[in-house]
Amino acid sequence: MNAVIDVEGLRKVYGSTLAVDDVSFQVAPGEIFGLLGPNGAGKTTTVECLQGLRHPDGGHVRVLGLDPWAQRSALRRRIGSQLQESALPDRLKVWEALDLFATTTLSPSNREQLLEQWGLADKRNASFANLSGGQRQRLFVALALVNQPEIVFLDEMTTGLDPAARRITWDLIEAIGKRGTTVVLVSHFMDEVQRLCQRVAIVNHGHVVAVDTPEKLIARGARQLRVLFTWEGEPLAWLESVPHVHHVSQQENQIEIEGDGPVFQHVAAALLQHSIEPTDLRVERPNLEDVFLQIIGKAEEG
Amino acid sequence: MRALTKTTWVELKLFTREPLTVLFTFAIPFVVLFVLGSVFGNAPPNPHVYRGVGTLNYYVPAYVALVVAAIGLIALPVHLAAYQERGVLRRFRASTIPVWSVFGAQIAATFVIEVLASAILVIVALAVYHTRSPQSLGEVIGAFFLGALTFGMIGLFLGLALPARAAQGAGVLLWFVMMQISGPGAPPEVLPTAILRVADATPLQHLVVLMQDAWFGFGWNNGEMLSLLGFLAGATALTIVFARRS
Repeated sequence: MNAVIDVEGLRKVYGSTLAVDDVSFQVAPGEIFGLLGPNGAGKTTTVECLQGLRHPDGGHVRVLGLDPWAQRSALRRRIGSQLQESALPDRLKVWEALDLFATTTLSPSNREQLLEQWGLADKRNASFANLSGGQRQRLFVALALVNQPEIVFLDEMTTGLDPAARRITWDLIEAIGKRGTTVVLVSHFMDEVQRLCQRVAIVNHGHVVAVDTPEKLIARGARQLRVLFTWEGEPLAWLESVPHVHHVSQQENQIEIEGDGPVFQHVAAALLQHSIEPTDLRVERPNLEDVFLQIIGKAEEG
Repeated sequence: MRALTKTTWVELKLFTREPLTVLFTFAIPFVVLFVLGSVFGNAPPNPHVYRGVGTLNYYVPAYVALVVAAIGLIALPVHLAAYQERGVLRRFRASTIPVWSVFGAQIAATFVIEVLASAILVIVALAVYHTRSPQSLGEVIGAFFLGALTFGMIGLFLGLALPARAAQGAGVLLWFVMMQISGPGAPPEVLPTAILRVADATPLQHLVVLMQDAWFGFGWNNGEMLSLLGFLAGATALTIVFARRS
C-alpha cells in the first residue's frame, strides 16, 4: 500500500498523562478511514499530531510524505481540517470566512460552489454568531475544503447535529470521498463509521486495539448471533438441544436464542418439525457497536 | 504578505461591527480633552510646570500616547484572549493562514484605529483650543510608530498569556496606573520622586516624553527611544514564548 498517512509507534504525553501510547496505522489514498474510540482514548491527539498541531513525543509520522511538525506549513497547503471545539470571530460573515481562508491557498476552489454544495448560499451574509450548530459544522467543512486538499480531517463533525442533518452530512462526506480525497474521520458514532468508512482503527487508552474493514470487524464478533421470535405457548426447552444454539431465554412472549454459524437455519428447521411457524422469526447480526463494546470491554478486563 | 493584509482588513471590519467599542475608542479621548480644556483653557505657559509649554499643549501629545496605550493594553489583549479561549486561534492554526499574520493583523489593525483616534483628538485640539502643532512631524510619526509597536506587542503578550477576564483586568489596571503616574495625569513636576521612579519603569512614561519632545521641538530623545526599544524587545520575547506554548 502506497500510504498517504503512515503512523508508527506514535506517542504523546501531556505532563504526567499518557494521551497516546503506541498508535500505528496506515491510510491509503482515496480511503475514508475511521478513528473510533471512547472519549479520551487519544483520537483527537493522534489527529492533531497528523495535522502538525502538536509535536509528537515519539514514533514516526508521515503525512503525504511530509513530517507534519517540521514541514507543517507545506503540509497545511495540502490538507484540510475541521476541528473539534473551534470557532470563528462572532461577527465574521460566512462569505468573509471563505474569502479569508482562500487567501493563502494555491488553487482555491470555487467558493460559490462550496457555498452552494454545503447549503450555505442563503447564509452568505450571516455572521458566525447567528449560525446554527449544523450550519457552523458545514461552514467548517467548506473551509476545510477551500484549498482542494488531498486529505481532509473531520473530527467529531456530526456531534450535536440532529438526525436529518447527520444524514445530509454523511452524504456530503461520501461525496468528498468520491472525488478521490482521502478522509480521516474521527468519531464515536458506530453507525456513522460503519456506513462511511472503508477501514477503521479502534483506539482505546492510547493504543490501536484493532484495524480492519467494518465488515471484518463485525465478522470477528459474528459468532454471536441472536435468533428472535414471538411465542405464547408452553416453554420450548428442546430448543437448547438444537445444534449451534448456546443459550435460550424467554422474556414475556419473546424468545431469544444466542448461537453461532448456521444457528438460524437449524432453529427454523426444528421449529417447522414441531409445526411452529412464527411470522416474526428473525436473526440479528452483531453490528459495529457490539463488536466495539466487545473489543473495548476485553481491553478493560485485560 | 497577502494573508497579513487580508487578516488586517477583516479585523478592521470586525471592529466597525462593534458599535460600542467604536464609540468608546473615538469618544473618550475627545471627552477628556473637552473637560481639561474647559478647566484649564490654554493658559499661558508657566516655566515651572507642564514642562514649560502650557497645560493643554502638554496634554495633547500625552493623550495621543494614552490612546495608543489604551488600545494596546486593553482592547488588543481582550480581543486576542477571547480568540484563544473560543478556539479561533486553533481554527487559524489548522488553516493555511500563517499564525504570525493573525498576530500581525492585531497590531496592524490597532495601529490604524490608533491613528484615527489620535487624528480626531489632535484636530479637535488644534481647531478648538489652538494648541501647539507638532514642531517635527517626522519625529512625532516616528514616536507614534514605535509606541504603537511596543504597546501592540505588550498587548499580544497579555492576550496570549492570560485568559480573557484576567487580560481585561490586568490591562485596565496597568493602563490606569500608567495614566496616573506616567505623564497623562499629574505633570511630572508635582509628582514625588518615589512615584517618578516607578513611572520610569512604565513604557508609557517613555512614550509620553519621546512624543512631547518631538512635538515641542525639543529634539529626538534617544534615551527614551532606547527605553521603549527595551520594552519592545522584552514584550516580543515574551510573546514568542507564549505563542509557542499555546
